[in-house]
Amino acid sequence: MDRIQGGLMTWRNSRTHWGWLAILNHWLSVILISVMIALGLWMVDLTYYHSWYHKAPELHKSLGLLLFALTLFRLFWRLKDPRPIASGSHTNLEQLIARYVHLLFYILLLAIMISGYLISTADGRSIEVFSWFEVPALFAGFEKQEDIAGDIHYWLTMGLIILVFLHSAAAVKHHIVDKDKTLKGILWK
Amino acid sequence: MKNLTSLISVMILSMALSSIQAAEYELDNKGAHAFIQFKIKHLGFSWLLGRFNRFDGRFTYDEQKPEQASVIVNIDTASIDSNHAERDKHLRGKDFLDVKKYPQAKFVSTSFHETGDDKAVLKGDLTLHGVTKAIELDVEHIGHGADPWGGYRRGFSATTLLTLSDFNINFDLGPASRQVELFISVEGIKSK
Repeated sequence: MDRIQGGLMTWRNSRTHWGWLAILNHWLSVILISVMIALGLWMVDLTYYHSWYHKAPELHKSLGLLLFALTLFRLFWRLKDPRPIASGSHTNLEQLIARYVHLLFYILLLAIMISGYLISTADGRSIEVFSWFEVPALFAGFEKQEDIAGDIHYWLTMGLIILVFLHSAAAVKHHIVDKDKTLKGILWK
Repeated sequence: MKNLTSLISVMILSMALSSIQAAEYELDNKGAHAFIQFKIKHLGFSWLLGRFNRFDGRFTYDEQKPEQASVIVNIDTASIDSNHAERDKHLRGKDFLDVKKYPQAKFVSTSFHETGDDKAVLKGDLTLHGVTKAIELDVEHIGHGADPWGGYRRGFSATTLLTLSDFNINFDLGPASRQVELFISVEGIKSK
């Protein structure tokens, strides 16, 4: 067992604390997702002569594909490294809700990113990631693909925002009301 | 009574005659021998071309009475195609055609006036983006005759210039891009 009960934080999860790799994954995702939502909502209302009219969507697509890779890695790591045990003060219902919220996060994130990809690749064009590499369109488009994918992309993101509030409120509740170490478990020690 | 009978028979006869003479043509959109294309300047540097892929319509035309010709065309606005999915999505959205709210554009002719040399001026009402406005198209009669497969066809082309703001489309594409040119080429198959 390389699971450590206390002391210095390791790269893997301990029984009470997330490891630094999981913490890095989590907070990097928080930053990227926040930037993506803000950028996405801002860029669609830019005027045609705005200097970011092309740059903003290019950045959104590039960051989105990198976030997709990060999310796949996160999912892999989440399955590979056993999670810390929930604080004893959590009810069974709280634990159940937390598990479903986490699962829903992964499902929503992947669905949002896939639908975003389907907007830009609807006509067979590939997506360029920071002039670094290109992700090709993987299949021939279906009728009105960009419109349907666009609606899904938008509304699932609205759902994600609601879920973020739920997740954050729960973390704050555990910290302030329950006074347990749930929130501290995902912070740098 | 005799007068009324003769009046009715004259009416029936004239209706029968007009239906023979003013032949009705269905646009050949199944065989895609009908096109509704547009072009608009991009920044004043080049032309951007696009088209509507789905529409239907019909026209009547009688060589003896060309001034009675009429046209109706319905366009599925969501079928706009500028060969770029992201741009088409934008064009279908609220900044431009708002196709969820206005899924159809419609042209109904009000007059047709031949000016010689197979040229004509077609006037009518265009409903686009929820706005109905009288427009004028320059028409050219391209040709007509029996086709090799047992039908009879007649074709026209038409051009017109639309100002986007007339149809309440106000997204600013720059000073060179306030108007869009339409090029319409249709072949009608005579209804039997």
